[in-house]
Amino acid sequence: MSFDPVPFRVSLELGLWVTSILFILCFPAAWIFARSTRPWTVWVESLGSLPLVLSPTVLGFYLLLLLSPKGPLGAFFLSTFGIRLAFSFPAIVIGSCVSSLPFMLGALKTGIMAVPSHLLDASATLGKGRLETVFRVAIPNMRPAIFSGLVNTFAHTIGEFGVVLMIGGSIPGVTKVVSIAVYERVESLDFAGAHAYAIILVGASYAGVLVLNLAQRRRAGRR
Amino acid sequence: MPSFSIRKRLVACDRTFELDVSSSFAEGGFLGVRGPSGSGKTTLLRSIAGLCRPDKGFVRVGDETWYDSRDGIFVPPQRRSIGYVFQDYALFPHLSVFGNIMYATGDRRRTEELLELTRLTEWARHFPRELSGGQKQRTALARALGRKPSLLLLDEPLSALDEELRSSLGEELRRIRRESGVTAILVSHSRSEIEWLCTDILELPLRSPDAVRLAEIALR
Repeated sequence: MSFDPVPFRVSLELGLWVTSILFILCFPAAWIFARSTRPWTVWVESLGSLPLVLSPTVLGFYLLLLLSPKGPLGAFFLSTFGIRLAFSFPAIVIGSCVSSLPFMLGALKTGIMAVPSHLLDASATLGKGRLETVFRVAIPNMRPAIFSGLVNTFAHTIGEFGVVLMIGGSIPGVTKVVSIAVYERVESLDFAGAHAYAIILVGASYAGVLVLNLAQRRRAGRR
Repeated sequence: MPSFSIRKRLVACDRTFELDVSSSFAEGGFLGVRGPSGSGKTTLLRSIAGLCRPDKGFVRVGDETWYDSRDGIFVPPQRRSIGYVFQDYALFPHLSVFGNIMYATGDRRRTEELLELTRLTEWARHFPRELSGGQKQRTALARALGRKPSLLLLDEPLSALDEELRSSLGEELRRIRRESGVTAILVSHSRSEIEWLCTDILELPLRSPDAVRLAEIALR
């Protein structure tokens, strides 16, 4: 079998979509979890960490029920947009968003908690509203956390296998991502083909982690 | 005439006590509030700034009411004309001295004026982590004056500095306040500092020695 680069494209697109969506969704949530003292937040927050400990097959199974034409979300998409969600690219984006959620949420929450609250107070006494304070004071002071949230979420999304297989199937050019391509090559005893995908993943993942650690070391050295 | 009356329950260790303080002083004046650690000095300033909400009372500055528990008025800090110098300065670490002041003024010329007033012009491009205690203090002061506030609030502005710096910066503070003509409130544990700098003095009610000690432990 010849080497097919398409799964890389699918993985890359999936990673970019999931990382962007999760960043936008998780930021306000992380803010609430980091700053609120209301008792209910811990219940919701724990729900957000669930994908970390649940088996991807359990997650995939429930997502499949949710996204199928008879499931609540699937039925909604089918009737309003005429889109069949199950076994489509949007389905694996939704699924990966769920399974990668804790990585983004955790990193952002840690980052927000590390921003000294007196900086936010200072901004308020200087006449700046909540939103301006977030963009001009909080975000610039939590860049390392944002960076690690983005990299970890992207990496985890690319590496995720179970959920994507269960709700995406393995449709070439649509839902067949690299991790699934490796699995299929191994199944058909094409070790050379599996190796080609796998070694690229190992290299790219190592590069990602290395960049993260280098950035961390540079910051530590500057202090 | 700025006037305030603040009542708020505070928790120190497992005991609570009530901060109950009121005062008024002349426009353009400099009120010094003295009290031991844990007597609620910072809470008083935060209440006047709107960073925390008292249980009862009022805050009036000029012809504006910023807080009145009876009428349910609470103006958020953003819309109170205040400058606040925090005890640990709270400078934005990602911005230079210029950037910190510019954040308040939004105006290049005004920023340059303030740099001059606080004698920081040659430090404008430096970041807070590169500054000495005295320079940080002056940056915080310049930033607090950035919006031309009706009321300047200073939380132990000199206590983090060593003896020598304290007297030179105190002198500086007097000069800057005179030149800007701003009405100000300073809180401090040091009586001499307040007698030296301020035009009006307010002693925070002394609580039982036991409560004071507990509060000090809690704040440590």
